[in-house]
Amino acid sequence: MSEATSEDPAPETDPDRDPGHYHLRLYVAGQTAKSLAAMANLKRFCEEHLAGRYDIEVIDLMKNPQLAAGDQILAIPTLVRRLPSPLKRIIGDLSNTEKVLVGLDIRQRADEP
Amino acid sequence: MPDQRTAPTLPKAPTGIEGFDDLTFGGLPAGRPSLICGAAGCGKTLFATTFLVNGATRFGEPGVFMSFEERAEDLAANVASLGFDLDGLVAAGKLAIDHVRVERSEIEETGEYDLEGLFIRLGFAVDSIGAKRVVLDTIETLFAGFTDPALLRAELRRLFGWIKDRGLTAIITGERGEGQLTRQGLEEYVSDCVILLDNRVDDQITTRRLRVVKYRGSAHGTNEYPFLIDHAGISVLPVTSAELDYVGPTGLISTGIAGLDAMLAPGGFYRGSSILVSGASGTGKSMLAASMVEAACRRGERSLIFAFEESGPQIIRNAASIGLDLEAQVKSGLLRFEAARPSLYGLETHLARMHRDLDQFRPDLIVIDPISALRGPASELQGALLRMIDLIKTRGITAIFTTLRSDGSLISDDDLGVSSLMDAWIKLQNMEANGERTRTLYVIKARGMSHSNQIREFLMSSGGIRLIDAYIGTAGVLTGTARVVQEARERAEAQQRLYENERRLRDVVRRRAALDRQLAEIRASLDAAEDEEARLRADDESRVAADEVERRELIARRRAAE
Repeated sequence: MSEATSEDPAPETDPDRDPGHYHLRLYVAGQTAKSLAAMANLKRFCEEHLAGRYDIEVIDLMKNPQLAAGDQILAIPTLVRRLPSPLKRIIGDLSNTEKVLVGLDIRQRADEP
Repeated sequence: MPDQRTAPTLPKAPTGIEGFDDLTFGGLPAGRPSLICGAAGCGKTLFATTFLVNGATRFGEPGVFMSFEERAEDLAANVASLGFDLDGLVAAGKLAIDHVRVERSEIEETGEYDLEGLFIRLGFAVDSIGAKRVVLDTIETLFAGFTDPALLRAELRRLFGWIKDRGLTAIITGERGEGQLTRQGLEEYVSDCVILLDNRVDDQITTRRLRVVKYRGSAHGTNEYPFLIDHAGISVLPVTSAELDYVGPTGLISTGIAGLDAMLAPGGFYRGSSILVSGASGTGKSMLAASMVEAACRRGERSLIFAFEESGPQIIRNAASIGLDLEAQVKSGLLRFEAARPSLYGLETHLARMHRDLDQFRPDLIVIDPISALRGPASELQGALLRMIDLIKTRGITAIFTTLRSDGSLISDDDLGVSSLMDAWIKLQNMEANGERTRTLYVIKARGMSHSNQIREFLMSSGGIRLIDAYIGTAGVLTGTARVVQEARERAEAQQRLYENERRLRDVVRRRAALDRQLAEIRASLDAAEDEEARLRADDESRVAADEVERRELIARRRAAE
C-alpha cells in the first residue's frame, strides 16, 4: 500500500542534508489491522509535525523476513527512527500519539521555538 | 508418572549428552519444546549449546540458537574450549545463531503490538538451514523488555504451539524463580518436558545436579543426578544403578607379589573383585597397590589410579624405589593417573568424574588411594561408596581401595564399614616390639577362596615387595629381629638336642659293648666247665672199664683155681 519508498534506500545515504531530517522505518507483517493502524497513524502525525522533513520506509517482514534481525525487530509493528541518531524503537500501532512524539523526540523540538 | 518404558511411542531426539539420553531413555521429546531451568551459572546455556552442536554434528539435525542474552561471538568463544566450532558450523549451514537484543530503554510502547517479529525471525532462521532443533536462551528476558506480561504470555503460548506445529525439537531455558521453577512460570506453557539444573554448595563444595521434573508420555529417572561440566563438556551420571546383575568375574589375577599370591588358595584374587587394603600411614598400602598395578600393566591390562593424596609423578618416583617402573607404563598408555584433592569437589562430582574416566579409559584395574580421604556426611559417604562400587562392579573392573582406617570404617566415631562391601581385605599393620617396627600383612578375608590366616612379614626393598613367614611358635608371634633371634635360639637348642642324643647313643653303645664282653667271659667259663665235665666223665668210664676187665680176670683166675 504505502510501500512507495521501501525500495528506495537513497534518502538515508545523505544524513547531512538536513540535521532535522527524520528517516523512519516501519516494520509490519502483512496487512493486519495493527499494521494498517500504525501506517495511518504514522502518516498522520508526520504530516502534522514533520511535514517536509521526513521519509518513511515500510518493510513487510512477511516478504523480507531476513530484514528482521538487522534492526532487532521482535514486536510488530515497530517503528525505527534511523535518523536523527540515536536510534529509537517505538512499538505498537502508534495509537498513543503523545508517546510516539516523546519517543521520536518530536514534541521537544516542536516546543523549542 | 507411570512407567511406560515398554511403550516407545514417543519419538525422542538424542542430545548426545553422556548419561542424559540414558536417563530419559532416548533424549528430549522430538518435535516439542522442553524447558531447562536453573539458577544463573548452572549450565543451561551449555546444555542447550551441546544439544544443538551434537544435533548438527552427530545426528544430522541442523539447529537454530536464538540467544536473548549472549552475543553470537561470546557464545562461540564460551564453548570453543570444549572443541565446539560454532563459527564453522554456521559457515557450513548447520547452525544459525540469532542474537535478540532486548533493551527496555530503547523501546517505547505506543499501543497494541504482538511478537510476530520474533516468529518471523525464528521462522526465517529455521527455514534458511532446514533446522530441526531450536534453542531459545533465555526467553524470559522478553519480560524485561516489554511491559505487558499478559500479552507476552499469550505470545509465548503461541510460540510454543508454533514450535510444536513446525515439529521442532526445542530447548527453552528459564531462570530459576522464587517458589516456582522459572521466574515467569514458563513451566505452565512447556508442559512436555521440564528439566531442572541445580548447583548446590555444601561445605564450600559445589555439586551440580540435574533432575527430570516431568516428562510427559515417557519414563525417566526421577532422581537427582550429578553432572559435570569440564573440558569434556557436560556429562550426566545416572549412577544410582539399581541392578545387582554383575557379570560374574571369572579368572584370577596375580597380585605381582609371589608371597601374597601364595596366601590365596587359587594363587591370586578373582578378576573384578573389590579389594580393601587397610593400614595406618607408612604401612605400604600405596606400594602394595602399585605392585598390583605394575603386574596388571605387565600383563597388558589397563590401569587407572585415582590418587587423592599424592600426585602421579610422586607415586611413580616412590614406586621406582621398590623397583617398579610405572613411568614406562604411563608412556605405553596402559596406566593413567587421575590426581585430585578430595576437597576440590563434592562426593557426587568425584563420583561423576570417576564414572566418566572409567567409561573413557576402560581400565581393567583401578586404585582408589585412599578412599578414606573422601569427606562428607556419613550417610552420603556410604551412599556414594555403594554407587562407586556398583559403578566398578558393573564394568567388571578389579578395584583396590586403600584406607587409613585399620578397622575398615570410614569415620573414627562411627562403625560405618566399607569392609562388608569388599570382596577381599588385606590388612597391613606395623608391629612394634623391642624398639623396632615391622610391617606385617594379613589377609582378613577373600570371598570365595580359602586363604592363609597367618601373618606375614612385609618387606619393601629395591627388589620389590617380599612376604616372609613370621615366627609362630610357643613363644608367640615374632617378627623382625625378634624373629631372627628366636630362630637362632631355636637353631641352637636344636643343635644342643642333637649333641645330647649323640652322647646318649654313645653311652648305650658302650654299655652294650660291656655287656657283650661280660657275656663272652661267662661263655668262656662255661666252656671250661664243660671241658672239665667231659674229662671227668671220660675218667669215670675208663675206670669202670678197667674195673670190669679186672673183675673178669679175677673170675677167670678163680675158675682156673677151682
